[in-house]
Amino acid sequence: MNILTFFVVIPLLTITGIILVKDIKRVKLVASIGMGLQLLLAALLIVLYVMQRRAGLTEEMLFIKDFVWFKSLNIHFALGVDGISVAMIALTSVVVFAGIFASWEMKFLTKEFFVSLILLATGVFGFFISIDLFTMFLFYELAVIPMYLLIGVWGSGPKEYSAMKLTLMLMGASAILLVGILGIYFHSAPDGEPLTFNILSISNYVIPIQAQRVFFPMTFIGFGVLGALFPFHTWSPDGHSSAPTAVSMLHAGVLMKLGGYGAFRVAIFLMPEAAKEMSWIFIILTSISVVYGAFGAMMQKDLKYINAYSSVSHCGLVLFAILMMNKTAMTGAILQMISHGLMTALFFALIGMIYGRTHTRLINEMGGLMKIIPFLSVCYVIAGLASLGLPGLSGFVAEMTIFVGAFQHPDLFHRLTTIIAITSIVITAVYILRVIAILLLGPSENTHYEQMNDAKWYEKISTVTLIACVAAIGLAPFWLSNMIGTSMQPVIDKILAVNPF
Amino acid sequence: MMRHELLLAVAAIFILTSEIFTDPARKKSISLFSIVLFSVVTIAGFLPVKLTGTLFGGMYVSSNVSTLMKNILNIGVLLVMIQSVTWLRKDENSDRVSEYFILIMSTLIGMDFMISAGHFLMFYLGLELATIPVAALAAFEKYKNKSAEAGIKLILMSALSTGVLLYGLSMIYGTTGSLYFFEVSQHFPGFNLQILGFIFFFSGMAFKISIVPFHLWTADVYEGAPVNITSYLSVISKGAAIFILIIVLYAIFPSIMATWQKTILVTSILTMTIGNLFAIRQQNIKRFLAFSSISQAGYILVGMVGGSQLGMASVIYYILVYIFSNLGAFGVVTAISNATGKENIDDYNGLYKTNPKLSLIMMLALFSLAGIPPLAGFFGKFFLFTAAAEKGFYFLVLIAVINTIISLYYYLLVVKAMFINKNDDPIANFRSDFPTRSALLLCVAGIFVTGFASVIFEYIKGLSFGN
Repeated sequence: MNILTFFVVIPLLTITGIILVKDIKRVKLVASIGMGLQLLLAALLIVLYVMQRRAGLTEEMLFIKDFVWFKSLNIHFALGVDGISVAMIALTSVVVFAGIFASWEMKFLTKEFFVSLILLATGVFGFFISIDLFTMFLFYELAVIPMYLLIGVWGSGPKEYSAMKLTLMLMGASAILLVGILGIYFHSAPDGEPLTFNILSISNYVIPIQAQRVFFPMTFIGFGVLGALFPFHTWSPDGHSSAPTAVSMLHAGVLMKLGGYGAFRVAIFLMPEAAKEMSWIFIILTSISVVYGAFGAMMQKDLKYINAYSSVSHCGLVLFAILMMNKTAMTGAILQMISHGLMTALFFALIGMIYGRTHTRLINEMGGLMKIIPFLSVCYVIAGLASLGLPGLSGFVAEMTIFVGAFQHPDLFHRLTTIIAITSIVITAVYILRVIAILLLGPSENTHYEQMNDAKWYEKISTVTLIACVAAIGLAPFWLSNMIGTSMQPVIDKILAVNPF
Repeated sequence: MMRHELLLAVAAIFILTSEIFTDPARKKSISLFSIVLFSVVTIAGFLPVKLTGTLFGGMYVSSNVSTLMKNILNIGVLLVMIQSVTWLRKDENSDRVSEYFILIMSTLIGMDFMISAGHFLMFYLGLELATIPVAALAAFEKYKNKSAEAGIKLILMSALSTGVLLYGLSMIYGTTGSLYFFEVSQHFPGFNLQILGFIFFFSGMAFKISIVPFHLWTADVYEGAPVNITSYLSVISKGAAIFILIIVLYAIFPSIMATWQKTILVTSILTMTIGNLFAIRQQNIKRFLAFSSISQAGYILVGMVGGSQLGMASVIYYILVYIFSNLGAFGVVTAISNATGKENIDDYNGLYKTNPKLSLIMMLALFSLAGIPPLAGFFGKFFLFTAAAEKGFYFLVLIAVINTIISLYYYLLVVKAMFINKNDDPIANFRSDFPTRSALLLCVAGIFVTGFASVIFEYIKGLSFGN
């Protein structure tokens, strides 16, 4: 059996296991064992992948497996990974693993919670291993719909409103995406040849430019909404702030990456000509995302809102870098996805833990937490420093690569937008340091808080896993960026072949 | 060749005679007898006897597609019958059990004849046979005003629509000189009177399928009729009418395809949009499902618009999916209505706490109707939209997908009621009886299997025709 099929099979088995067991303790045990296995499997996949590359395999995708599904429409269940998807799979398994431990204290309808959570994860894993547009789309929708229940049932605040808003906006985006995918399908081969959904086959053929002009924006916006593209980002702050901890982690950490990955793998890879033509519109929009998100984060008082807006800013940077369409920037985009995925998951986990102790998320109601809960506070500082791009942590590597890549464009427009985007780093520093100052270092606001306990064992597992990954990427980024860069080459070749700079 | 119709007729006569020999106190056992009989008929329909050809000088045509369509309808009717057992056991209905089954079977015979018609007279006969017993069924709960009202409304509307349809047929006859499908299709260049005849014919069919603007009867009749009849109307009657419409469009009117494509384009946009917008405001779950089924008809028209083989395959496939999904939803409504008599969406608040299994089934059925993967509805909608996109109707597909989002909104409202909303006085936990549970289980199995099992779609695709 192909190693990639396990990435869908293990979560499904875990779900079955959770449904079968009776008490809450065992539910959590099954969930953590299942997702622990998944983490090990992801590590194994990285090793196998690197070994195969070392052995000299130069195909674009490895571990390819192809099952015919609907023969008459040429729909396949086709699996395959390159360095980029391997990295995304690793990210997903880390965040899901941490998410399980972050929601260890879930008491209300525990079983249903973990089932929905892992169902969401199944969708994400399936998305990253698919190389067939149909299955990709199927898994994309599968990942979005459990969000409704996860936020609606277990969320806080105006949860029903946020859940509905998030679901409708994301499903609306996927509706537009569906039209885009159908358009690609019906232009995926020259006249007389069988049509296909397979990304690799389509990439060998140049889709007629008239079709590209129609379907590129649909596909890009369809994925872009999930990547918090301005002005379709409004679901993100509401959704994240209402969601329970683990869901915020998964959603900001992984699900939003589906948008960036899809925009890159489908929209730009398959339709580079139209992407070249229209990128200016989306570059403007993403630069707005980057700066607006950062300013938005500066004005918020609620910890989750701060982090949600900062996600808008960082994910905007991902799309921004993808649209730069050169190797350095696009590699940076993938690095940024991973880096942001890890640190935002860490942020949300910590916010959840702090909220569980103080029962408030407003920063001006808290203060001096560094003395009371030092472990969590230090973790928070690390996450903050990663977010503002301190060298030695993952954020620096990613942002540096993106801006170096973006500045390679000699023309004024690209340079100007890059400079605008770079300003977000400064604003990020402002809002991160402001939170650290008020929340962690300021005077203690409430004597009641002084009785709080520091992190429990499961919380430590959750945070340490994430911090280890953030630091590992920050300290030794080259193996990761090489793996991504090698796989980026075919994409760049395709872009260069059709439209040289 | 006529095994479906003949077997059904025999079964109906059996039930009628069994009524005579049954002790009045044990009449409830007739329902078991009828269901067993009907299961035999259903299974017999699937037997791989390849009998295709014509009867009565071409008035009756049996082909592989028509057999497939009849089999699909049989599955749906079987599910409806199983779902109605509990309701028939009630004291006020138990004296008319055999009537119920005989009426349902005779409408089914009518539909089968329509599907197999090769001549407009045969078609008309089948249409009448399919319509009149349904009106009797809608008024089955004669002790309720609303039920009687539904029956009257249905019969009046049917009479009107049949009149319109006949008027159209007379024009078609006048201009072609024949009522045989084959001969009509040979002499149909599409001059104005013929187009007018076609439009009248289409309007008549639109009444049966409840396509906007001919949908006004739907909500009232669906609300008034007993739940089982409502599900029969919204799934079987509608499915059969769509089957017939697609056969007629593909086989008789290919020469005026450009015209009927425009007709369908406009009506499908209207049907989807209006059905969805009205569904949002409904409080009664039956009215709610009525409007949702109107909009579903709109999506089905989207698949038809291309006039391709893929279009026909996707429409037949979607009807199969729709049978399972809609009957799943109606099955839950029936179970709750039988146990408590409650039919408002507000009554469903907090249902998950007391009846988790029913809520889950309802959620699966609604998600399948909304087209959420990995349920069958997703595959069904995907193929419908693919069929339209194949012929370049991207704009229509865009409108259709936007409509699916609107529909997702109101389906989520019900999901929200069951899972999220709090209720001090929720529907108490109850255990439904064996027939209800088995019917629901069959629906859920269908919702999962029909999607994943590509064999089913490929089989349907292999039998479909189109250009």
